[in-house]
Amino acid sequence: MSTVEVVAPALEAATETRTLRVALAGVPNCGKTALFNALTGARQKVANYAGVTVERKEGSATAADGQRLTILDLPGTYSLRARSPDEAVTRDAVLGKLDGEVLPDVIVCVADATSLRGALRLVLELKTAGRPLVLALNMIDIAARQGLEIDVDGLSRDLGIPIVATVATRRRCVDVLTTAIQAAAASGIVSAPTWREPSSGELRALHREAERLIKAHVKPPKRPDTWTGRLDSVLLHPVAGLTILLMLMFVMFQAVFLAAGPLNDIITAGFNWLAAGVGHVLPDGLLKSFVCDALISGVGSVLVFLPQIMVLFLFIILLEDVGYMARAAFLMDRIMGGAGLHGRAFIPLLSSHACAIPGIMATRVIDQKRDRLTTILVAPLTTCSARIPVYTLIISAFVPNHTLFGWISERGLVMLGLYAGGMLSALAVAFVIRTIFWRGASEPFLMELPAYKMPDPWNVIRLVWQRAEIFLRRAGTIILSMMVIVWALSKVPLAPPGAKDPAIDYSFAGIIGHTLQPLLQPIGFSWQMSVALIPGMAAREVAVGALGTVYAVGGGDDNTAALASTLTAHWSLASALAFLAWYVFAPQCASTLGVVKRETNSWKWPAIMFGYMIGLAYAAAFITYHVALALGAG
Amino acid sequence: MDAAVRLLSDFDIPADIAERGTTDAASPLSEGRVGFSGVIVEVRAGDQSGGLSGAEIERRLLEMGFVEGAPVRLVHEGLFGRDPIAVKLADRTVALRRREARAVMVRAAGEIAA
Repeated sequence: MSTVEVVAPALEAATETRTLRVALAGVPNCGKTALFNALTGARQKVANYAGVTVERKEGSATAADGQRLTILDLPGTYSLRARSPDEAVTRDAVLGKLDGEVLPDVIVCVADATSLRGALRLVLELKTAGRPLVLALNMIDIAARQGLEIDVDGLSRDLGIPIVATVATRRRCVDVLTTAIQAAAASGIVSAPTWREPSSGELRALHREAERLIKAHVKPPKRPDTWTGRLDSVLLHPVAGLTILLMLMFVMFQAVFLAAGPLNDIITAGFNWLAAGVGHVLPDGLLKSFVCDALISGVGSVLVFLPQIMVLFLFIILLEDVGYMARAAFLMDRIMGGAGLHGRAFIPLLSSHACAIPGIMATRVIDQKRDRLTTILVAPLTTCSARIPVYTLIISAFVPNHTLFGWISERGLVMLGLYAGGMLSALAVAFVIRTIFWRGASEPFLMELPAYKMPDPWNVIRLVWQRAEIFLRRAGTIILSMMVIVWALSKVPLAPPGAKDPAIDYSFAGIIGHTLQPLLQPIGFSWQMSVALIPGMAAREVAVGALGTVYAVGGGDDNTAALASTLTAHWSLASALAFLAWYVFAPQCASTLGVVKRETNSWKWPAIMFGYMIGLAYAAAFITYHVALALGAG
Repeated sequence: MDAAVRLLSDFDIPADIAERGTTDAASPLSEGRVGFSGVIVEVRAGDQSGGLSGAEIERRLLEMGFVEGAPVRLVHEGLFGRDPIAVKLADRTVALRRREARAVMVRAAGEIAA
């Protein structure tokens, strides 16, 4: 503790090399994360706080004299009066009430110099935490450009805490800040926390004190930022704004879909090549199958998500950094609000059309826990790209290649119907969750629209890479182990020598498929279809290969034409339609369940997701099958 | 005890509405249209069915910068039902739904001068 330095000067040398624990607090959009990145560079660790799903970011920095600092980047908050789990973490961390966390030696409150009122109220609250406090006036360059004058010394005297002016991107500012942190820690001003939840009257008192400080020490900008207002008159225009948003989303969707496509192909080809190479070396048998089909293709199926995740997060982080994300939420709030979703749910749901995995990861932009969980639960209902091979196969086998009015393809219409079905069911399920299960839990839409700023490219690259790393390290391990489990179910036990039926028939997947058969018969599924569902759990498109396996169609995945004609011969139209309906809803994707487990930090939500989606899939397939039978499609 | 601690304990009782004068000419921000410019005269939310308590809404509005005496200008409206709205406060712009904006009573700038 800092008191040691006072009573035992002899230990000074020892205390100087001691690591200082620093917590960064600040209101949202104050540039806190940029400052954190400037302080810690690449020396960062991202994990979760014990027992909660809130992301914990810690990094280390070195002061000018070589002392080490560990910096904890606390979630942004307007007040210590926590409104969300993230804000509760901030409150508990600065008050020393957080499990598994040590009380910080110094709290640094980061403030946007051009928007000081909210920050000053937070500083006044943070003072009652009783820890040494430093105020970092961030974006001081922007304030200077606007001609905003802040009497830093006067404000510092009046507040009774040291103030450092910073520009997150300048190294010199970082040294000044770390020196101020060291001085604050050495001052040894520590008192018992006296914070308690402020009443509305006390909040008004904080307002009056902040206003007094502003009047005394800040001269309003001579050249206020007019760019934000000018841009907003177009970007928030009721019609033009929505049009621009939809165009932006179209570009983003195309980028995730198309730009990531070639990269995915390279990864897939690379892993196929690797598996083939290893396959030549190893003798035929279970070991070869394990290495090639479980390990190599398992790692491949994790990596194949990476280009999509990075492209999507590049967009999301750019939009967030520029300040546009809040505008997108503003524009979409009424539309999403109709289904009980938050305006910010729009981007995760849209990107789920490429793949639910990055979509679910993107729900981090939603602050409120229930809004976020609802979005996560419905995201896999949107038509992801992995459903396309299945849809294409069934449609090409059963829907005639006719055109309506000479130009509308019937196959295209069915595809469009499946897409619309996915999106509408996602909105409908969200509506049901918010009106039946979480009634009255709706959060008010109350959100700051920050001033637009140029994003810092390094900051963006670092954040994108961080997302990729988190996906590989945390979700990747779960996805890989699920792939191994699905492989084991489909391969073990081996077919007896001289067996006539396909090998999968003798495996656990075959056994499970045959066991499930009586349950799936009412929805028109043959035992071959039931068996194909088990390996199809690995990923939706795997079902195509699995159908090829159970019907023993040669040529593997490439020979879809042969498979399509086999299906036409074996399935009734009613069964095929029921299979399509099943695939609109069924949770046939172990990776999605794995990511939901990671994002919610519990098996409860993937279990609920699995349950409701299976239920919907069964009901939809049942209705489709029987309606089709009644219409004579048997 | 430092200034902030004293401050928190000195103001337990919300400032009386009477002190702030009559709210006769005031109207809720939720009825404002783009271009409205004025001053906040009162922030007080009644309990709404299916939402947070009025006291909680009031505190959240205060935290976002909606406080008596603050200048306010309505700058944007959404397409459907002119909802949500965006308002410019002293040094930040905040978006909110008209439902929550009912709790903010405002008076047009001209009336204040008169």
